Amino acid sequence: MKYLTEFRDNDLVQKLLYEIHQITTRPWAMMEVCGGQTHSIIRNGIDQLLPPEIELIHGPGCPVCVTPLETIDKALAIAAQPNVIFCSFGDMLRVPGSDHDLFAVKSQGGDIRIVYSPLDALKVARDNPDKQVVFFGIGFETTAPANAQALVVAKKQGLKNFSMLVSHVLVPPAIEALMQSPTCRVQAFLAAGHVCSVMGYWQYEPLAEKYHVPIVVTGFEPLDVLNGVYHAVLQLEASRHEVENAYSRAVQREGNLPAQKVMQDVFEVCDRTWRGIGMIPQSGWQLNAAYRDMDAAIRFQVGDIHTQESAICRSGEVLQGLIKPHLCPAFGKECTPSKPLGATMVSSEGACAAYYNYGRFIEHEQVAP
Amino acid sequence: MCLGVPGQIKEVYELDGVRMGKVNFGGIVKEVCLEYVPEAVVGDYTIVHVGFAITRLDEESALETLKMFEELGVLEEELNPEHLE
Ligand code: SF4
Repeated sequence: MKYLTEFRDNDLVQKLLYEIHQITTRPWAMMEVCGGQTHSIIRNGIDQLLPPEIELIHGPGCPVCVTPLETIDKALAIAAQPNVIFCSFGDMLRVPGSDHDLFAVKSQGGDIRIVYSPLDALKVARDNPDKQVVFFGIGFETTAPANAQALVVAKKQGLKNFSMLVSHVLVPPAIEALMQSPTCRVQAFLAAGHVCSVMGYWQYEPLAEKYHVPIVVTGFEPLDVLNGVYHAVLQLEASRHEVENAYSRAVQREGNLPAQKVMQDVFEVCDRTWRGIGMIPQSGWQLNAAYRDMDAAIRFQVGDIHTQESAICRSGEVLQGLIKPHLCPAFGKECTPSKPLGATMVSSEGACAAYYNYGRFIEHEQVAP
Repeated sequence: MCLGVPGQIKEVYELDGVRMGKVNFGGIVKEVCLEYVPEAVVGDYTIVHVGFAITRLDEESALETLKMFEELGVLEEELNPEHLE
């Protein structure tokens, strides 16, 4: 068992596809919440192999895409300070702020370092005691345990020169906000498997009940995605609305309890603005009182931030599943992954970048008048 | 960033009071924090996300899922073998 090739097996993919075609009798719109799944779906062409009745709506689950513009601008201001080493995951460097990005700060001499793990940023802090080291702590519930652990270790080791710019976002409140929107067309959700590895899926049970919507915990390999779709269609066709786990090898109902414990020690729930979507109540985590002294937004008073979004970017609609990326007039023209106007074109998990990287725009150019 | 990757635990040790290990991802070996998978041992597979193992992969349920796929449509196939091309 390698847990990769087995779940890409083409014969089984064909079988599952055949089965999905067999059971689908009506049009159904379902949303994959997670950008990692969007990426897998587009890369593997899964959306084109499914019955035409099934529409996959791409959800807001890309942390790079939804980190608020104000936080990006704060990151840019902190990273530009002379005594600071700013550490970040690589895909944040190209995210457009109001008028530039972290790459621009770097090329102007800012000390910006790409790290693979927040623990790497701790090492940078230990190696540079005369500098302030700031880690850009963003992400969904999947990244939060790592960021929380880094803070716990920093506190234990008494690292005075380490802080974090935190902007965590949470999936269940976003699902609730989507369901409450009058424009919502989503009839079922494929829940993000790795978020559920950490948090479990019991939190989705009241949502499935309240909004009569099936929620299927789904993994990332082609067979996993198809398995999620299959269970969602089975439920929709039978008018059921339950939470099901189609990723049982990696997810348990209660989630990862040791991780949850550490996150509770470090974070508290807060209202959070999602870029392109707006404020969603109780949808974020910030540092709690015990860890506030390591909050970079407090440690570095970066002053008044006046944010300015691109006037033509429609990433908000893309993130809410209201339009597909190639319908944005700038898609593939003014806006490409090397010169992104919106965050959804930056990360490979952003829907605009996924469509662009896998050539979906070509189709659009043929169709366009 | 959110893509977790499965890998096999090759080594478990402690570093500065933190449970760490070496994980092999199809030939590439990386140091990974194992604090959140206290039950995992050498030889286990785990999903790693930004340098942290977030869950242990359960072989039994993986095999069950694959078996479920294998068995899909078997009945129809028997009744009507030309269904599957
Ligand atoms: S294609 Fe570019 S400009 Fe258009 S919505 Fe996507 S990110 Fe924004």
